[in-house]
Amino acid sequence: MSYAATHDQHDDHHGAPKGFFQRWCMSTNHKDIGTLYLIFSLTMLFIGGSFAMLIRAELFKPGMQLMQPYFFNEMTAMHALVMIFGAIMPAFVGLGNWMIPLMVGAPDMALPRMNNLSFWILPFAFLLLLSTLFMPGGAPAGGWTMYPPLSLQSGSLAYAVFAIHLMGISSIMGAINIIATILNMRAPGMDLMKMPVFVWSWLITAFLLIAVMPALAGAVTMLLTDKYFGTNFFNPGGGGDPVLYQHIFWFFGHPEVYIMILPAFGIISEIVPTFARKPIFGYKAMVFAIACIAFLSFIVWAHHMFAVGLPLGAEVFFMYATMLISVPTGVKVFNWVATMWGGSMTFETPMLFAIAFIILFTIGGFSGLMMALVPADFQYHDTYFIVAHFHYVLVTGALFAIIGAAYYWMPKWTGNMYNEFWGKVHFWNSVIWVNVLFFPQHFLGLAGMPRRIPDYNVAFANFNMISSIGGFLFGATQLIFVGVLIHCAFFSKKKATDRVWEGAKGLEWTIPSPAPHHTFEVPPVINDDELAHGHVND
Amino acid sequence: MTSGGIRRSFKAAAALALASFGSAALAAPGPWQLNMQRGASTWSQVPYHLNNVALGVCTVIGVLVFGAMFIAMFRFRKSRGAVAEKWSHNTTVEVVWTTIPVLILITLAYLATSGLTTWADTTGSQMTVKVTGYQWKWRYDYVDYLGKSIDKVGFMSKLDTRSDQTRQLGSGMDPFAVKDGNENTYLLDVDKPLVVPVDTKIRFVITSGDVIHSWWVPATGWKIDAIPGIINAAWANFTTPGTYRGQCAELCGQDHGFMPIVVVVKSKADFAKWLAEQEAGSAAPAAAAQTAQVAAPASGKQG
Repeated sequence: MSYAATHDQHDDHHGAPKGFFQRWCMSTNHKDIGTLYLIFSLTMLFIGGSFAMLIRAELFKPGMQLMQPYFFNEMTAMHALVMIFGAIMPAFVGLGNWMIPLMVGAPDMALPRMNNLSFWILPFAFLLLLSTLFMPGGAPAGGWTMYPPLSLQSGSLAYAVFAIHLMGISSIMGAINIIATILNMRAPGMDLMKMPVFVWSWLITAFLLIAVMPALAGAVTMLLTDKYFGTNFFNPGGGGDPVLYQHIFWFFGHPEVYIMILPAFGIISEIVPTFARKPIFGYKAMVFAIACIAFLSFIVWAHHMFAVGLPLGAEVFFMYATMLISVPTGVKVFNWVATMWGGSMTFETPMLFAIAFIILFTIGGFSGLMMALVPADFQYHDTYFIVAHFHYVLVTGALFAIIGAAYYWMPKWTGNMYNEFWGKVHFWNSVIWVNVLFFPQHFLGLAGMPRRIPDYNVAFANFNMISSIGGFLFGATQLIFVGVLIHCAFFSKKKATDRVWEGAKGLEWTIPSPAPHHTFEVPPVINDDELAHGHVND
Repeated sequence: MTSGGIRRSFKAAAALALASFGSAALAAPGPWQLNMQRGASTWSQVPYHLNNVALGVCTVIGVLVFGAMFIAMFRFRKSRGAVAEKWSHNTTVEVVWTTIPVLILITLAYLATSGLTTWADTTGSQMTVKVTGYQWKWRYDYVDYLGKSIDKVGFMSKLDTRSDQTRQLGSGMDPFAVKDGNENTYLLDVDKPLVVPVDTKIRFVITSGDVIHSWWVPATGWKIDAIPGIINAAWANFTTPGTYRGQCAELCGQDHGFMPIVVVVKSKADFAKWLAEQEAGSAAPAAAAQTAQVAAPASGKQG
């Protein structure tokens, strides 16, 4: 922004700082920090993705071709840790950082310096975690769940635990910031029940984060003291119990699953009404469903543990509670379809990703319902059926929503339109190869292939080869995404309008494209027709 | 190709598709297998049928929901001149599509719960086997059979040598060549299998000597974790003699993928003979002929 342009706007007396260090390392601006989060998450997506490529390469055919089994285990553990804590979660925080102030009419996040800190902790946390790959003992190889006693055999446990502590601190600070922003910084007239669904989904997610990250921190700290300070929390020889860890871990772990999907629900609830040119169907039901899912997420943790030998009563309780989740989730899916019904739809890239999300996430939900049935889960548990399930909800669920969000809001961020042709090439390649990658894994699991094994009987060879081919091509397809992003940010000649999308509603579309460094220094006037979900009290 | 040839090849393709989906009592996984196996125990039908029912329910719901979505995407396109309507709420349909899933869930829960209660009942077993997981092999100890305790029948069971050599990095050996008769047993064979009798309710008590493992033979219909300091119990009653294969199902370290489980189910007479041999074999080196004589009459009663 040139000096002349800002000269007559005396309030906007500082644009972005000129120096690189000042602008990016010392930033307190929600947009810059949001960008940092998103770039970080994209980097981690490729690092975690490269681990996945190694896994699929080893599993390409039976026999050990590329690596020792222990290194394979390092890859499965690191792939999960990097993707969950490095790619998916920071991407949602980045989107929240960018969009929440714009959507509620706030000038910035409530706690800008904490915002800076919560981002800049992350690169150090992941340097620490990734450095273990180069250490003599190797990286953690006991799975991302780090069940003791196995995880206690790892020489790099202390590094992993400290990295997780840092990630937890970062997440909690991010969550506090988001809650403070949403509850205190809304423009006058932006009532809670007028907020966009994305903002609602993040508000609820932030409470989940604050509730469960300490449980994870506690669990891994107990691992640390068991290994280095002679405690016996999980050591049966000293009166401890290895299953206790699993209870604490999954008390964190299950809400964590929803931390990674609720903001995705919010994103889809923004994209679908825009391209259907029709307000979201059942706004109140959508908000209530998110809250319901969040509540239920606290009372279903032991469905990850059906095979540890729980008492019958516990198995039945956790089965019923888990099955209940499909009711509010079903409501959300039905409402998205009802939003499309009677609309006037166009199919730009964000909408394509949103539609793929609805179908493929629902398929992941179906396999989730099947796994809730305890007797069937005795067969499914710890097989590739599970791997297929959680990749359908996390890749075609969370990741597709994030990619859709990037296409949806990128014109607002950069001021340029992305290339629609290459966006669609990216979409169709992604949606085809991701199914070639993960759908056969259902069959592998049902036929009896356990997860986390580096080699397998020849009966599993066919589907593993298909899955690997899908994996390589899905991975390569994401390079197109990077190309589209770079082109849009730096080379695109096509300027975005302020509204960007014909059917877009909400405060974020009332500001110029690209979004100026500072926005809403004077609170906007809220006009109900301008809101994404129309008049709530119809 | 003659019409007969076409019919034959069609039949063959149909048979292949049927075999890969509606699997018969498969002892081991097959190439292109699409669905869960039916198993070979009295209880293994429960997860198999539950899986099929749940899959059917999900498929029907999926067809309806995705069908509605595709109709919407076709009918309400801007390019076809669709004009967006204004409504965004309809209490009746919202109540309907909340209630119907609840009713479906109640049905599924009923089916699952009745199956689960039979699984949880380990009483009335006629035999007990203790299973202990180690990094990276299994130990089986025979505790009792038909009300009589068994002494000193127990052994380690680990990956067979052929698979073990083949699976080494850069071994240059072909996994497809590891065969037992016509069956490929790569990574699914052991040096000494667990031998049990058919038509007998067998109680497995399962624990671990180091980290957590999970004992899984799909033919039983269940898996259960082997946890140090905890003894889990489960039961199986095999209905058909045969060889059933499984694997450790809980990540337990570098050779997690290389600790298979093989259960050989024999007729009661064959099992009694096998058990007598084992008892004699284990007793002979230990305390000479005296113990062997005690074991011999015991085996006579077990036929």
